[in-house]
Amino acid sequence: MSQRVTTVVIGAGHAGLAASHFLSERSIDHIVLERGRIANTWRRERWDSLRLLTPNWLNRLPGHPYGGPDPDGYMTAGQVADFIGDYATVTAAPVRENTTVTSVRRTDGGYQVSTGEGDLDCATVVIASGACNAPVVPECAAGVPDGITQLTPFEYRNPGSLPDGGVLVVGASASGVQIAAEVRRSGRPVVLSVGEHVRLPRTYRDRDVLWWMDATGVWAQRYDEIEDLARARRLPSPQLVGEPGTTIDLNALTGLGVEPVGRLAVIRDGAALFSGGLRNVCSLADLKMRRLLAGFDEWAGIGDDPAGFEPTRIPAVPRLRLDLRGGEITTIIWATGFRPDYRWLDVPVVDEKGRLRHDGGVVDSPGLYALGLPVLRRRRSTLLHGIEDDARFVARHLAERLTPRVVA
Amino acid sequence: MTTTDNGVNVQALLDAREALKGAPEAAQFTWRATSTWKNGVHSTTTIQNFFGLGQEQSHKTKTEFTADHPEIFAAEDNGITPIEYLLVGLAGCLTAGVASVAQNRGIQLRSVTSTVEGNHDIRGILGADSDVRNGFNDVKVTFAIDADASREEIEALVAQSQKRSAVYDALTNPTSVTVEVA
Ligand SMILES: Cc1cc2nc3c(=O)[nH]c(=O)nc-3n(C[C@H](O)[C@H](O)[C@H](O)COP(=O)(O)OP(=O)(O)OC[C@H]3O[C@@H](n4cnc5c(N)ncnc54)[C@H](O)[C@@H]3O)c2cc1C
Repeated sequence: MSQRVTTVVIGAGHAGLAASHFLSERSIDHIVLERGRIANTWRRERWDSLRLLTPNWLNRLPGHPYGGPDPDGYMTAGQVADFIGDYATVTAAPVRENTTVTSVRRTDGGYQVSTGEGDLDCATVVIASGACNAPVVPECAAGVPDGITQLTPFEYRNPGSLPDGGVLVVGASASGVQIAAEVRRSGRPVVLSVGEHVRLPRTYRDRDVLWWMDATGVWAQRYDEIEDLARARRLPSPQLVGEPGTTIDLNALTGLGVEPVGRLAVIRDGAALFSGGLRNVCSLADLKMRRLLAGFDEWAGIGDDPAGFEPTRIPAVPRLRLDLRGGEITTIIWATGFRPDYRWLDVPVVDEKGRLRHDGGVVDSPGLYALGLPVLRRRRSTLLHGIEDDARFVARHLAERLTPRVVA
Repeated sequence: MTTTDNGVNVQALLDAREALKGAPEAAQFTWRATSTWKNGVHSTTTIQNFFGLGQEQSHKTKTEFTADHPEIFAAEDNGITPIEYLLVGLAGCLTAGVASVAQNRGIQLRSVTSTVEGNHDIRGILGADSDVRNGFNDVKVTFAIDADASREEIEALVAQSQKRSAVYDALTNPTSVTVEVA
């Protein structure tokens, strides 16, 4: 027997709960299905030391600002889980935990959502199952010799749980630089493979750099105003850590003794080969950072050069080859990004790259919506405070579909 | 063995190897090319001087190479595409290697031809798909060799020529590249 409900929301992260908030506001009956517990990813899929990149004062959900004692601090994963859990409580979200969606199919009237606990029939579905369901590991990992421990950020917990010896961290975005820094601080040799990346200082002219992103409106930029949307959507996360005043760019890492090398190109005969283009990816990141900071200055009416930033220093002769059989490296950490998982979605709306086809959250199948994806409607779409506009829009579009307006 | 003549002065090469063992500075070469933009995607590159054996050296003549793109790329096709020059380099280098190794092994060559194919997904350079690389996906070289040798010996020649090839190494292993504005 399937249950009938107007709307099914898949996922009880902050995105699904924000959707629930606006659906309740419009009295649209709905259920939020969650395979684990509320805020599951923050409880299960983060390493021990992880903190949010956004300062607390910026972390607000619709009708639910940060109310704690440390507005300039950065929440731990556990605190994020509590913050989202509190939100579910105050909004009285109709969440059904421990319920995994196994299939979503089109029906005449809408969709059939199957779960391990039975089926639901509904008119509309909001997909809020997250953009980071699985770590991406490059194909060349198949060539890693036996005996090397390989971990993704979902499995990595802390430096103490690694085998003794050197560590190769592949990927220099937020996850990679944070993990490389703490592993190095634990005393191990660390080699960091660096491809295209986004360099940012933690503070700029005495304010958190994310204050500038917010104040200047960079984050509010709409998806339909961005020239190269595909590129904006796959922009890597910035080199930031949630530690007051701590910049974690490559200069900071080399200062700790981390050895930067180029992008991992291939693993051949037990050796990792790195691109010779390290200098160029660093120059590009330096140029882009300066352009962004100059934009902040222009907005603030400050004329000087965005002073005080050294170009990224790289070794005169970066290593191009690392023998993985020689014993120097015992662990590889693949901080090479994440992807969503839509294997349960039996509606043909996923492109050849495994991404959902949607226009600002309106998926390419009537009555199907998405939230929480990169630059869904604005640059800030995946951030906690970015969900409000997106979820309000999606709830309104969905409501209008349920009750078509009579147009004279 | 003395009857083999592929036109390679192996003795000179072996002597150079011995001489340079004790003088690594002399072994440091710098190859140079100078390029000038013409118009559109058409440029010419000239090569004459290089540095080696501790001093400036010069080819007998200056060689000029023209690079452009085919008409299907909306270009004038004044010359071959830059990436095709990599095929020229690879073929020239491996062929030289085959001749030298054959000479050293006393194998008389009658003919050596090869075809070199580079498979290239141009969505990379067009920025159409960020997962596609800019360069070749793979390169295939096929040699046809007529020589006084068994198939196995010929295969060994070709294998050894790859082992000692500068261009093969440059293509298959990463190289640090610095590009600056003077
Ligand atoms: C390592 C890491 C670090 C991050 N750091 C930051 C940060 O510092 N700041 C920041 O703003 N963002 C950060 N993010 C991104 C962050 O995950 C997202 O911004 C946020 O979690 C997205 O919220 P969401 O509600 O869209 O998705 P999620 O929080 O992923 O919620 C989706 C929910 O859907 C559930 N679900 C998935 N599939 C199914 C199914 N088939 N059936 C039922 N339920 C399902 C999941 O269990 C999950 O609870 C980080 C991500 C990662 C991976």
